[in-house]
Amino acid sequence: MTSRGRPEVTPAPTTAEADAARRARVLMKGNEAIAEAAIHAGCDAYFGYPITPQAELLEWMARRMPELGRVFIQAESELAAINMALGAAATGARVMVSSSSPGISLMAEAMSYMAGSGTPMVLVNIMRAGPGLGGIGPSQSDYFQATKGHGHGDYRVPVLAPASIGEAMELMADAFELAERYRTPVMLVADGILGQAMEPVELRFRTPERHTFDWALTGASGRPARIIKSIDLDPEVLERRNLDLQHKYREITRREVRWESWQLEDADYAIVAYGTAARVARSAITAARERGIKVGLFRPITLWPFPERELARLSRHLDGILTVELSSGQMVEDVRLAVEGRCPVAFHGRMGGLVPTPDEVVGALKALKGKVDRARPPEHRDHTPPVTHWRESEDRAEAEPWAHERARRGGRR
Amino acid sequence: MTLHTPEPGDAARPAAAARLVYAKPDVLRDRSTHYCPGCGHGVVHRLLAEVLTELDLPSHTIAVAPVGCAVFAYDYLEVDFVEAPHGRAPAVATGIRRVRPEAFVLTYQGDGDLAAIGTAEIVHAAARGERITAIFVNNGIYGMTGGQMAPTTLLGQRTTSSPNGRDAALMGYPIRITEMLAQLPGVTYAARGTIADVASIGKLKAMIKRACQVQIEGGGFALVEALSNCPVGWGMTPQQSIEHLKGPVVEAYPLGVIVDRGATVAPTLDLGCPAPAHPEA
Repeated sequence: MTSRGRPEVTPAPTTAEADAARRARVLMKGNEAIAEAAIHAGCDAYFGYPITPQAELLEWMARRMPELGRVFIQAESELAAINMALGAAATGARVMVSSSSPGISLMAEAMSYMAGSGTPMVLVNIMRAGPGLGGIGPSQSDYFQATKGHGHGDYRVPVLAPASIGEAMELMADAFELAERYRTPVMLVADGILGQAMEPVELRFRTPERHTFDWALTGASGRPARIIKSIDLDPEVLERRNLDLQHKYREITRREVRWESWQLEDADYAIVAYGTAARVARSAITAARERGIKVGLFRPITLWPFPERELARLSRHLDGILTVELSSGQMVEDVRLAVEGRCPVAFHGRMGGLVPTPDEVVGALKALKGKVDRARPPEHRDHTPPVTHWRESEDRAEAEPWAHERARRGGRR
Repeated sequence: MTLHTPEPGDAARPAAAARLVYAKPDVLRDRSTHYCPGCGHGVVHRLLAEVLTELDLPSHTIAVAPVGCAVFAYDYLEVDFVEAPHGRAPAVATGIRRVRPEAFVLTYQGDGDLAAIGTAEIVHAAARGERITAIFVNNGIYGMTGGQMAPTTLLGQRTTSSPNGRDAALMGYPIRITEMLAQLPGVTYAARGTIADVASIGKLKAMIKRACQVQIEGGGFALVEALSNCPVGWGMTPQQSIEHLKGPVVEAYPLGVIVDRGATVAPTLDLGCPAPAHPEA
């Protein structure tokens, strides 16, 4: 890996002082922290278009990228922005785009092309409330779009969902790593609260290792020409291309699932929630436990691949699951698919940019518990605490390629 | 390789002194094309291959293939290629340009791609003065999808989606997009040629060469529109289509260099940005 005169952006922590300074906690706005994390992750080029509530991300990049001698373009549209990213990524550069819901809809076309042609890229969606132009309040109404939708064709992209600004910063480095490892676009989704709020964060950054790509377009000098494309008019060739993609997706599903468990060791109930909804859920769980309801949190960090195996295992030990989202109920469909009727799955959500209060969530939990108790009183239940689940998840964490790295960084699990 | 062109008096020379007067540029792959009989794309491909070779560009060219008949351009030109979504080639080329300042960046688009769905991308790439060379093949029709009306379709022209002929009242007027783009100060070079006859092909080649040289010299956006034919889409024999091209098409789209601002336009690219780190693959 040559840097060809590129300015050093991540000073090596040569002294304890430097290290301490770097680890100092500072107050940062989510959008800006995400942008800075991308910069430290080695983002070579950023392409964007203004849209609330992610505009500060674009503005941060507009100031920082030229400072570092890197590429920033404010494109004429989200369509152009992501296609610029496609071109830059095709040459092996580490690229990123960001937008918000309606802009992501426009970017969907190129997402499909990039998935089809195996072009890595990181895309950040600071979600608005929809549909249409909707509103700018915090929302998780793009779960379907992120995990099942956007562009056309049989493809998937890994979707990372942080629940704090600090986690978003950590996940940015992971996102670039995943994108390059699997030659795929990777999405990071957050709601307007995570984008707009300020939180104290540790300035700990990670730059994923640079690799040599045998597919990157660098000019056919001393080698055959390379082609990055998604078209194949021969059905058999195209099916093979699709089978390769599906193989890749199975591999991602096998190796890259991430989630967080909290207070599930003795739990009768679980709240499944991600992002800001998971933070509300934590407050609700504390309140519910004070009222004697044993409840814990299951928080998917990868929305795709969804931690369905882990949730399925957990559901065997639960009396019920409450899914909380800032939407009409989108992830709850994946929860139900994973649970396969092993326990009741209820839903509570708010839309339009509103966030449920912890009290609301406790209310929904009590309603679920009441329903479960009426159907089958607790004394008639064969209940085993979900201890086995923990062991399984630990095993899986060990098998993950970044487990070591995570442990070093004081991992989340 | 060196290409020789016949010189006056060549024919009079003795056979023993025979020399190579015509050869396939190495950058042109040795295969037959998918283009319909009589189609002009092959001529434009050939000219492009000759120019790239003459300017010693193939080894550092990164080209962008469009959606449309030329989607398979990478099957015929042996240079690094990326496929762009429909109309987005100028944006894709912009991304390449900015992270690969040393590359020769080329786009190849048709009129449906460039003048309809990709209007925003071509206008803004030109407005930014992106240091890219755009080859624009205008045959006034959507060939790949079966001959539908394009924004460049002539008034009165019958297509599968204007079966009674293009009516300005309903379908608007043909767009002279090269003249539109030439208004922008970011455009260093804009010209229109045609493949209609041998003399025109020679001029077209000179235009393509100039558009490539502009990029090498550090100028801004360079565009060459090549008026071409589509015998199948136009419902004509190849010969009829050439006559049509020379007549009403050239009349609607005048030939010549529309603007050549030399390399005086400051390219947006050379802002002192060093190349980002790349794998030396």
